[in-house]
Amino acid sequence: MANFVPLSQAISENLHDGDTVAFEGFTHLIPHAAAHEAIRQGIKDLTLIRMTPDIIYDQIIGMGLAKKVVFSYAGNPGVGLLRRMRDAIENQYPRAIETVEHSHAAMANAYEAGASGLPMAVFRGYKGADLPKVNPNIKSVTCPFTGEELAAIPSHRPDVAVIHAQKANERGDVLIEGIIGVQKEAALAAKRVVVTVEEVVPDFKGLHPNLTVLPHWTMTAISVVPGGAHPSYAHGYYARDNAAYLEWDKVSADRELFSEWMKTNVLDAAPEVFAERVKGL
Amino acid sequence: MSDFTSTEMMTIAAARALSSKDVCFVGIGAPSAACNVARLTHAPGITLIYESGTIGTAPDVLPLSIGDGELCETAVTTVSVPEMFRYWLQGGRISIGFLGAAQVDRFGNINTTVIGDYAKPKVRLPGGGGAPEIATSCGEIFITLKQATRSMVEKIDFFTSFGHGDGGDHRERLGIKTKGPTLMITDLAIWKPDPVTKEFTVVSLHKGVTREMVQETCGWTVKFADDLAETPEPTELELKTLRDLNERTRIAHSGGKAA
Repeated sequence: MANFVPLSQAISENLHDGDTVAFEGFTHLIPHAAAHEAIRQGIKDLTLIRMTPDIIYDQIIGMGLAKKVVFSYAGNPGVGLLRRMRDAIENQYPRAIETVEHSHAAMANAYEAGASGLPMAVFRGYKGADLPKVNPNIKSVTCPFTGEELAAIPSHRPDVAVIHAQKANERGDVLIEGIIGVQKEAALAAKRVVVTVEEVVPDFKGLHPNLTVLPHWTMTAISVVPGGAHPSYAHGYYARDNAAYLEWDKVSADRELFSEWMKTNVLDAAPEVFAERVKGL
Repeated sequence: MSDFTSTEMMTIAAARALSSKDVCFVGIGAPSAACNVARLTHAPGITLIYESGTIGTAPDVLPLSIGDGELCETAVTTVSVPEMFRYWLQGGRISIGFLGAAQVDRFGNINTTVIGDYAKPKVRLPGGGGAPEIATSCGEIFITLKQATRSMVEKIDFFTSFGHGDGGDHRERLGIKTKGPTLMITDLAIWKPDPVTKEFTVVSLHKGVTREMVQETCGWTVKFADDLAETPEPTELELKTLRDLNERTRIAHSGGKAA
């Protein structure tokens, strides 16, 4: 039986100052509500891992709660740049952050290696690219059978993985469908897993046997937060709020506007607001 | 048709380079429009793959991001991102990678990481995403971008994705077995690499474009093919397909609540 708890408790019990955390979701099922809870609780000095940092890491970084970001694409998907993250990198505002940059292939391989219990990931990558010159964690190994030189990077082993999923059953098994990204690998690579779900159903009977299900005993805490992925989407529940992504481009461009937005929509808000935000989407 | 924009010409010229037998890894923006125009006109059998794991997708509107729900709903299958990069891209199952660029040089090397120094960048761009491995694992690479001296540069600030390096056999010397950039389509011209030096050379000018216009918007001294051609202008069908697609996309993406 998994641990169904309110989101505030799921975060406070599992995410601590200085932790390495992966809030994952590949454009779909991004755990916005959980990230906002972490920001509200002021959990700081975080090392953030994520393939596509996007809005939630822009928010955590903009609030000065991150010390390091491990990533492969720092963009606002389909819109442009991440302006708070850029301000931190270019102007050290509100604090300097360390960046560790990879390619998508590298990040995906590192999660898979972490889930596999391996110390490193091996893949054919980074040929001719400059990233190995600026990221000392990109090294190479020689295949002992063919002599081919392959890229090697450390596996991801976050303290905590935070994901959003469509549903849990009453036992606490968690189902993800649609674009499944790297959530399964991130969850299995982490020491602790916090998941928010749209709803809880009695059981998963009658569903296709090959759907992506994370068994209840791989979950540390589950919180029911309808709409918890907004403004990203939850396949089968609500669509992406594209206008919100465009709005973020304006909000994040201005330090004061950003602070006001965060106060109104995050610091003074609660997880319950997310259900309202996805109505009509 | 004589009434078309240079961007429309670019997209349509890029679409024409694709065929039904291609398996294409699609970047967002101009590549996505070109790939879908190809699918909706002369290449209905083309397999379009986006890095979110959607394989064989056939979106009715262009996605705003590489992970829009539309891509998944219309795909033959949707796989995890590690599977996407390991089995499908690294496994050598993708014939064409279609990339855009913030900066490109004459050998088709691409920068989408930083303008200026990496440690103290003038502009921090989003970064490589899937591109570093797309550039070396796909059978060949098509590049599409609008010409400007700030984007077509003598020397790129950062090698995000390797093209032909310093030219010649640089790829082979690094042990890369794929062809790399074989085609570059801009809003003014079609470019192909010289078979030996691998320097991109203009092989066709779009209608109404002069050599001077190509040179003025390019940061290196442009080479033109001896048998320079004129790109056939868009047909009525091509133009209608692209405009309808753009209009459906505009309507679909104006949704949402925050506006």
